[in-house]
Amino acid sequence: MRVILLGPQRRPTVDAVVRSLGLGGSIATITAGWREREADDGELSGLLGRHDTNLGLYRRWLDIQDRDPGYAAAERRVQGELAELQDIYLLRLDHALRAVYALQRRSGDQLHAEAIAAAVAAVRELDAAHLRRVNEVRGEFFAELRPHDRPVIAGHRAEVAGILGEAAALVIAGGHVGVLADVLHLFNVAAALSGRAPGAEAPVVAWSAGAMALTDRIVLFGDRSAQGPGHAEVYGSGLSVLREVVLLPHARARMLLDDTARMAVFAQRFGPGRCVPLEGGTRIEVDRDRGCPPGTRVLGGDGRVTALEAA
Amino acid sequence: MTGGGGGVTGVRGPAVRHKLAINRLRDRRPLEPAMADRFLARHEVPIVEGDRCTFLYHGEADEVFLIHRIFGLPDHLPLRRLRGTDLWYVVLELPAGSRVEYQLEVVRGGERERVNDPLNPRLAHSPMGSSSVCYARGYAVPDWTQPDPEARAGSLVDMVVPSRALRRDCPVTLYLPARFRRADPITRYPLLIVHDGGDYLRYAAAKTVLDNLIHRLDMAETVAAFVYPGDRLAEYANSAAHARYLTAELLPRLEAELPLAGTPSGRALMGSSFGAVAALATAYRHPDVYGSLLLQSGSFVFTDIGHDHGGGPPFEPVVRFVNRYRSAPRPVADRVFVSCGVYEPLIVRNRSMVPVFEAAGMAVRYVEARDGHSWVNWRDRLRDGLSWIFPGPQKYFYE
Repeated sequence: MRVILLGPQRRPTVDAVVRSLGLGGSIATITAGWREREADDGELSGLLGRHDTNLGLYRRWLDIQDRDPGYAAAERRVQGELAELQDIYLLRLDHALRAVYALQRRSGDQLHAEAIAAAVAAVRELDAAHLRRVNEVRGEFFAELRPHDRPVIAGHRAEVAGILGEAAALVIAGGHVGVLADVLHLFNVAAALSGRAPGAEAPVVAWSAGAMALTDRIVLFGDRSAQGPGHAEVYGSGLSVLREVVLLPHARARMLLDDTARMAVFAQRFGPGRCVPLEGGTRIEVDRDRGCPPGTRVLGGDGRVTALEAA
Repeated sequence: MTGGGGGVTGVRGPAVRHKLAINRLRDRRPLEPAMADRFLARHEVPIVEGDRCTFLYHGEADEVFLIHRIFGLPDHLPLRRLRGTDLWYVVLELPAGSRVEYQLEVVRGGERERVNDPLNPRLAHSPMGSSSVCYARGYAVPDWTQPDPEARAGSLVDMVVPSRALRRDCPVTLYLPARFRRADPITRYPLLIVHDGGDYLRYAAAKTVLDNLIHRLDMAETVAAFVYPGDRLAEYANSAAHARYLTAELLPRLEAELPLAGTPSGRALMGSSFGAVAALATAYRHPDVYGSLLLQSGSFVFTDIGHDHGGGPPFEPVVRFVNRYRSAPRPVADRVFVSCGVYEPLIVRNRSMVPVFEAAGMAVRYVEARDGHSWVNWRDRLRDGLSWIFPGPQKYFYE
């Protein structure tokens, strides 16, 4: 599958990118990350030459809330459970990362370096355990609720699959990454994308939260919030179309990239996955099997952003 | 504090390397009254030069004093008259980021008059009236405290809650965030109950702050209930009736009528000064109800030994309560945000409460500011507090 990752679209590049693909036919779009503004997609539609069909995933989700109250209530329950899991994880993460930073601040010898590595390993273990648990909870939820057997959801899924089956490409805009990930799972977009014959798969163009929602590990981050630098946190899995990659939209604006010690911890936490900043103007064509191409700028283990060399 | 005499140059602190403006004027020979007029026309008053702030008074007087409430400094600082003029001055060292409210006391013919600084248009307002305010180097009014045309405005709705506990009809002003969805089956809002609600709205720009912080995704979309005290010193000083009113009367009614979260993590109590005592005491009496407290410059007066707390009769019930709490701390909420100005007499009390709250097992965020016991200090700390107790969804948004 051909996946093109873009940086934030304050100065849009999606129009040029889509034109460069030489597509014929309608383009499916997902703007569910804009939530209640989902339908305000006139500007995006213009950029796509009005050859677009918005999948309306947020609207469909709202419809399910109305017409399938049993599912809606169960979803609220699981969201509460996931929020609690996230709180507990963050509490543990805070202590674990403080230990890493405290060790980093001390100068020392080989023993000291080993201690830092062990402390980072403990954080990695915590991240991995949290991701496993979140995915288990989501998996149990879908196993119990069986969305494919629920008429309202099944109907929407069929419509979404129908549009995607005809689409020349799929474009996923940014916004609220949690909402995006939820609706992509609920409407089974991954299955619809991979349901085509090999070689006939529609390319996917995504930016910011839309790009993050394609990965197998969504990491929330923000070093410049009202509360000051926060801990990057594993949120859950997206569609997992892309694996072993952590996408960082607006990295320059949102992260303390000059703090290489802090950035090194970030990169080491998520290695060997690539930590890829997505800035305005970024365009990365990722092959699902081969990963990021040479030249992709990534956050290295030394905390610096460097270009990826050819393997 | 430094005097202005002795040809002082700004040698303390790296930010000032030249002679202070007042000292350059003083060195002029001959020094004529008209020079003072020209001097004042050239400078904003107080004159801020690095960490030095020169306070001035222009006029006939026998004595002039700077009246302030900076804990640790004499509260009456005499101004000196510049020879040959009717210009009075005193230089105060104020560290970067300081914000100081003050007045001048002018003595003429044995009469003392306390006035705002006629040379300084900046005023701070409070229920006690107005006072002049000095912005030291590095202090800037936070932009999120000022109306932002981009921010969607929430609405204020007045209601009255008849209270059997307090034996009065209690006015409440509800803040409903922009795009409040009363009938939305999905959205559940956290609730913030604000003591001295009218003063927070009037003197701490609480509505503007909520509008802006929500718009900027710094805090969650929140419903706030601004409550008004009756007999404040009685109701806010560890009153069982007040706690019962909030918890057994106001809260159930709001949660029945509005789409609120209805869980401890979605409920917070907030207050400043005596209002902070009321918030803590209410949570103490109902420890499983409120998840967060936002306590600003709490009047947490206590004694370690003996009974001399210096607060006077209104503080008696407060001291009994705080002493009891300090002797056996227990969790009353999950998270406690505490802020205090370092120029307040209460700074030591508040600092002393932080380890007590921590020892009780609560998550504590403590913030100090170079400010006093004032509504603007409390306003300026609201982003720190509100974004911590009810964090906004900023971390989820990548546009």
